[in-house]
Amino acid sequence: MITAPLVAAAYSVAAAAEEEEVNPLLPHTYDIVWSLVIVVIIAVVFIKYALPKFQAVLDERTEKIEGGLQHAEAAQAEAAELRAEYEQQLADARTEAARIKEAARAEGGAIVTELKAKAAAEAARTVETAQRQIEAERQQAAVSLRNDVGALATELASKIVGESLEDSARQSRVVDRFLEELEANATATTSAGKEN
Amino acid sequence: MFHPPSLADFFPPAIWFEGTPFEINRIILVRLIAVVALMLIFIIGARRAKLVPGRFQSILEMGLDFCRNSIAYEILGEKDGKKYVPIITTIFFAVFFFNITGVIPFLNIAGTSVIGLPIIFALWVYFLYLWQGVKKFGVGGYLKHSLFPPGVPWPIYILLTPVEALQVFLLRPATLVIRLLANMMAGHLLLALCFAATSFLFFEASGALKAFGAVTFVAGFAFFLLEVFVAALQAYVFSILTAVYLQMSISEEH
Repeated sequence: MITAPLVAAAYSVAAAAEEEEVNPLLPHTYDIVWSLVIVVIIAVVFIKYALPKFQAVLDERTEKIEGGLQHAEAAQAEAAELRAEYEQQLADARTEAARIKEAARAEGGAIVTELKAKAAAEAARTVETAQRQIEAERQQAAVSLRNDVGALATELASKIVGESLEDSARQSRVVDRFLEELEANATATTSAGKEN
Repeated sequence: MFHPPSLADFFPPAIWFEGTPFEINRIILVRLIAVVALMLIFIIGARRAKLVPGRFQSILEMGLDFCRNSIAYEILGEKDGKKYVPIITTIFFAVFFFNITGVIPFLNIAGTSVIGLPIIFALWVYFLYLWQGVKKFGVGGYLKHSLFPPGVPWPIYILLTPVEALQVFLLRPATLVIRLLANMMAGHLLLALCFAATSFLFFEASGALKAFGAVTFVAGFAFFLLEVFVAALQAYVFSILTAVYLQMSISEEH
């Protein structure tokens, strides 16, 4: 039988239990004393030293991780801020460039307008001068013409009066002579003018 | 000669100080060795604790984490649990170390397999939960709180109150003691029986009976693994019951 030794063993356990007078549920004094000493030692070392130390390390780790996260967040925020600032600057620069371009264009337009106006004024002035000169010359011509015509008329009248005009033939002779003289005069004047 | 394990295993002859309250026998020695090991591991671990844990520290922290989250916070909630994490952690590791000596070669007996140590642990828990309850509700308040659970018609108290009283004042600590003690004693007897039988069958039995030594050896091996598990399980049970009793003492509602 294979169970024989086991059964025998079980019996001897029971027998041993009966032989001994000990009751495992009743503690010996030394058992309690040492257990108490041991548990107090463990409790003091654990609760006063080891666990707080581990807790401190854990807390520190948590703090470090949180600190790291916060740092990262701060860095990200800063980067975003810088980016926004940069974009703002870029936009400003673009606006500024556009404004300068617009101003330049306007200025160019103004310059062109001004030059045009100046040219027009110059032209007007030239025209006016010319007109004035023409007018002066005309007036001069008129004056001299009037003088000549007056003199001629006087001369003609004196001739008519002097010769006593009897008939139309005579009359026409007088006129023809006058005109001839006039022409001769005019030629003389012209040649005289040329000589002058 | 077959040497079966017996109750005498738990009461070995004294080594030093025989007859005094400080008598030291083999089991006390085993306990002292367990304490030294536990202290060394945790003091060295705490001293070397760094922000970035190494392998050794990771294992310790895993254990501490287990006590904090899976026992204390799980039962008591984070707010109440925080206060009791150190005590629960201490009880868990201490009980585990005293249990595990039962399967460590040359120690071969659990420090908790003699009643003194379970009694001390149980008394610690007992006075802890009584004290915490009284501190929170006052003596009368605590008695009313735990002996007259609300929401029950009054005639039921005739039955309920004695049962509750028995529970709070006697059964809780007694079951803590006996559960741990019996588990560890039985574990030792089983293991020792298997190995004693193996030894006997291999070296002293005749003929074909020797072969059955292999059976008892395998059984011993299985019980060895079982005992490792039981050592951890009983430590867990003890500390989780600590948390549960504390919770019952200090919670507003049952």
